[in-house]
Amino acid sequence: MYADRMTTTGRPGRELARQALAEVAAEPGVAKPAPILVADGVLRRFGGLVAVDVAHLAVQRGAITAVIGPNGAGKTTLFNVLTGFDKPQSGSWTFNGRRVHGQRAHQVARLGMVRTFQLTKALSRLSVIDNMRLGAVGQVGENFWLSLLPFLWDRQEREITERADQLLAWFQLDAMRDEFAGSLSGGQRKLLEMARALMVNPELVLLDEPMAGVNPALAQSLLAHVKQLRENGMTVLFIEHDMDTVHDISDWVVVMGEGKIIAEGTPDQVMADQRVIDAYLGAHHDGAVRTAAGQEAAVGPAPVVRPAGPEREPE
Amino acid sequence: MNWDLIASTTLTQAIGPGVVVFALAAIGLNVQFGYTGLLNFGQAAFAAMGAYGLAMGVATLGWPFWWSILLGLAAALLLAVLLGVSTLRLRADYLAIATVAAAEAIRRTFRSVALREYTGGAEGIRAFADTFREYGVALGFERGENVRYGPFFYPLQPHLWVMVVGWTLIALCLLVVWLAMRSPWGRVLKAIREDEDAVRSLGKSAFSYKIQSFALGGVIGALAGFMEALRIGNVAPDQYHTTFTFYTYAVLILGGAARVFGPVVGAALFWGLFNFLTAFLGEAARLGGIPVGPLEIPVSGLITPAEVGPFVFVLLGAGIIAMLIFRPQGIFGDRREISLNVR
Repeated sequence: MYADRMTTTGRPGRELARQALAEVAAEPGVAKPAPILVADGVLRRFGGLVAVDVAHLAVQRGAITAVIGPNGAGKTTLFNVLTGFDKPQSGSWTFNGRRVHGQRAHQVARLGMVRTFQLTKALSRLSVIDNMRLGAVGQVGENFWLSLLPFLWDRQEREITERADQLLAWFQLDAMRDEFAGSLSGGQRKLLEMARALMVNPELVLLDEPMAGVNPALAQSLLAHVKQLRENGMTVLFIEHDMDTVHDISDWVVVMGEGKIIAEGTPDQVMADQRVIDAYLGAHHDGAVRTAAGQEAAVGPAPVVRPAGPEREPE
Repeated sequence: MNWDLIASTTLTQAIGPGVVVFALAAIGLNVQFGYTGLLNFGQAAFAAMGAYGLAMGVATLGWPFWWSILLGLAAALLLAVLLGVSTLRLRADYLAIATVAAAEAIRRTFRSVALREYTGGAEGIRAFADTFREYGVALGFERGENVRYGPFFYPLQPHLWVMVVGWTLIALCLLVVWLAMRSPWGRVLKAIREDEDAVRSLGKSAFSYKIQSFALGGVIGALAGFMEALRIGNVAPDQYHTTFTFYTYAVLILGGAARVFGPVVGAALFWGLFNFLTAFLGEAARLGGIPVGPLEIPVSGLITPAEVGPFVFVLLGAGIIAMLIFRPQGIFGDRREISLNVR
């Protein structure tokens, strides 16, 4: 099933997304013709620090939207808030027109909005295939009483395994199928996490720095996979530091700085925007160059310019 | 040195009623700690709930035996839910502190003078096991005489009947654990052990599964409490001291966590070794030496019979430390599973 869809030639998804966004004005908080996710007035404070203060954000359905910004701009916190992993002080957002705010993380995921993490969360002491199987939703055998009666769920388990094997093959992890996930390399874990998220059958995938710490060859294949998600009708929202990557795959770019959205537009528009150059891409240096944390340093040619606080994650 | 006695004691105890109790407690703990990664340091409280539920049901409330069994199970379930709802959102180390404190609070409540007329205070409760023994008599497992098969020797008390019931319960619990842990339900528990947030990001309520795991392990812990109460015929608060929980952890570590048979093998080994060392060192201290062939290693002046008990604990403690260093996965575990970098 997946294998067929994954080998689609041509790029109808890309063309559709670019056409739809061509008429949209390049300004922060602009409305989109067919939004899948709409957020309003999202405010997240940690004590005196305003981590996220987003007045309006709309994410176009079927497009790849990149979120960029310096360390501490609130990108990951925004992801955490939108996916229910963190609670904001205020704000409302809808997914597919349904209210999402106030829902718990697992409920958000069940609606079809699935995230990955900046620090990869491979389930180390589970096999790769079990990592994948875990992602499937609506499993009969996940009920305790029914789990004791294998004949009730083993057929569904076979179907899930079949789908998992197809995805593993597509992500070239099939050779590692029965290994513990903990024995995978860092890049393979990124692939596994993305593949596992797809087991949920999401409509919107939120990827938090999917290329961070991945070697260039693997990064290329990851990129190809992300593009293919769009061709399969999925919407992708991702955080990335590498501007070449952003330019290559995204249809729309949202720039964050100090918790706010400071610019939006197509990659070309954004990269020519003076505010973005000032805040992120680095025209003037008003302090020592430094990275917030080791993980950020591993990104590679990240245009990290301004000194910034650490990217906060909830405990 | 009476090797026959030592061997008989060791073998008898290695499958005896004491092992039944620890094996059941450890099977429950294995669900919580081994599979789900919940550091429950209050397993003694779950056993106490079972034991006191049964004893107070029969002796204090005058309920029939089976209703009292249900009371014990319900009490353990209630404790699991109450403790779970209030503490399972805590991180692992805080959960350990909260559960050990809760277990001590419960033990001291049972022990308190104010509740003496209901719980029997420090002496606890007797006279609740008659129905259980009558079943044993009716089924021919309790004959009112000493039982001896080869080296296995069980004196007058209802040891044989306790063992028959206890090992049946163990078999049932192992079957449930085995079935559950090879199912998608068990897969979610193991995933929670690895990373809760990943599980939540995949649309599963980690909290709900943790409560379920806590409750299943707690109910199996209550079964351990039943067997402890019935084997002694007395329920007293100090049987459910934190040492009960620590023994249970020792058993689990010895056998191998997250393995179906780990707790049972661990319990037999732990209790067998404990009794072997006690009997062997007791003999050595009494005779003043350990015979090795024609020679004798003198131990007189080194250890007195009164010191044997504490010294056995020193040896077992050292053994468990050595185990953690050289074979952290226990007897049944998979070394790769332990040595993987968890993050």
